[in-house]
Amino acid sequence: MSLLRYRPAFFDELKEIEVPFPGDALQTLTAGDLISLTGTIYTGRDQTHRRLCALLDEGKGLPVELAGQLLYYVGPSPARPGRVIGAAGPTTSYRMDTYTPQLLALGLQATLGKGARSLAVREAMREKGAVYLATIGGAGALLSQCIKSCEVVAFPDAGPEALFRMEVEAFPAVVINDVQGRDYYEMVAMARKAG
Amino acid sequence: MREIETGLVVEAVRELAISAAHDLEPDILDALLAARDRESSPLSRNVLELLIANADIASRERIPVCQDTGICTVFVSLGREVLVAGDLEEAVQEGVRRGYEEGFLRKSVCDPVTRKNTGTNTPAVVHIELVAGDRMAIRFLPKGCGSENMSSLAMLPPSAGLAGVVEYVVERVHGAGSNPCPPMVVGVGVGGTFEKAAIIAKKALLRPVGEANPRAEVAALEAEILARINANGQGVHGFGGNNTALAVHLDTFPTHIASLPVAVNIQCHAHRHKEVTL
Repeated sequence: MSLLRYRPAFFDELKEIEVPFPGDALQTLTAGDLISLTGTIYTGRDQTHRRLCALLDEGKGLPVELAGQLLYYVGPSPARPGRVIGAAGPTTSYRMDTYTPQLLALGLQATLGKGARSLAVREAMREKGAVYLATIGGAGALLSQCIKSCEVVAFPDAGPEALFRMEVEAFPAVVINDVQGRDYYEMVAMARKAG
Repeated sequence: MREIETGLVVEAVRELAISAAHDLEPDILDALLAARDRESSPLSRNVLELLIANADIASRERIPVCQDTGICTVFVSLGREVLVAGDLEEAVQEGVRRGYEEGFLRKSVCDPVTRKNTGTNTPAVVHIELVAGDRMAIRFLPKGCGSENMSSLAMLPPSAGLAGVVEYVVERVHGAGSNPCPPMVVGVGVGGTFEKAAIIAKKALLRPVGEANPRAEVAALEAEILARINANGQGVHGFGGNNTALAVHLDTFPTHIASLPVAVNIQCHAHRHKEVTL
């Protein structure tokens, strides 16, 4: 059952996906697919990425095993008392581009944010068989209702930029970059020129 | 002279901060509804539907419309016949501090050198101008940086002309792609000086969404830019369709004979703006 109280009708048409992705689930995703994610994910944005990569550069271990996981670019607003979380929509992904190849090299399987990725990130994803998903920027209130739990795993001093573990249910997303290297934003642009 | 206590300003700004984060104004909601009704792409139509549902949830459940509750710009129009008993600028900052703390809003302001969060979402950027009368109008514009980061300014040569202005704005908006959370509202400042162009571009965002500039030739320019932006079909969040931008608000200021400054201030669809008159 969805946690969403106000559920847009097209949510019923989303392809349901478990996360972390079991077996060859990633291979079945195609750029442009509308999916809904259920399971466990991790979060991180600017500060988290800076710190994770600093740890790697120093040859130290990370506070969480990212291999096989999904990293969601989000800095939630504070939870009101009795609530799991505040608003929790995506932040713009390109700011993480500098760091992403280093995390993909560790086996990170998927990233979730908004907006296009750099060519370097796309190439690294294709090499590693990883995907990039976008969810809806500016829909933080609605998306917060797809988050069942949220706990700090690392960097609590970074506030909203901490690394959180979240349980999500029926969290909507669009596949932007699939394992074949397709890019949905480019596909939309090309369809437009052709049409 | 009419006296206004700073405590009144603190309370007013606190309330503006909280309501801006949770309750979209009718102008932007109407613009989103109209966009949904004319949307050509099925996916983008669904996303617009979702954004309208999001605004509804935010307001009813008191969850911010967007987790990026922004860095605040506050325009204060202070009547010359008003006597403020105390420090007006500090009262605005205190209102922001309280609003962000008591409203469970995200504090996103940090030192640019150390990147250390100030922990209060202050300082807000405050512009105070003197106007006629005995009232004080406070206009509150918290802005997420997905859109703010896509803003830019050019000092064009006068020979670039209006065609150059249109070209520059359209190029910046298209270049931003889906980063600033389209459908966007585009504030444009033409003329003045380097900083004046930026300020009038930001201020133009405060106009009710879609209201044309009163000067006919400027309104025509707004319409031309909007049509050009939407013609390329990037659409809502880059998912295609005819709603990349909801409106273009262009304001002007006389400039130097050697200059043609153009500032583009991009605003996302979660266009939060509030005002109050004391």
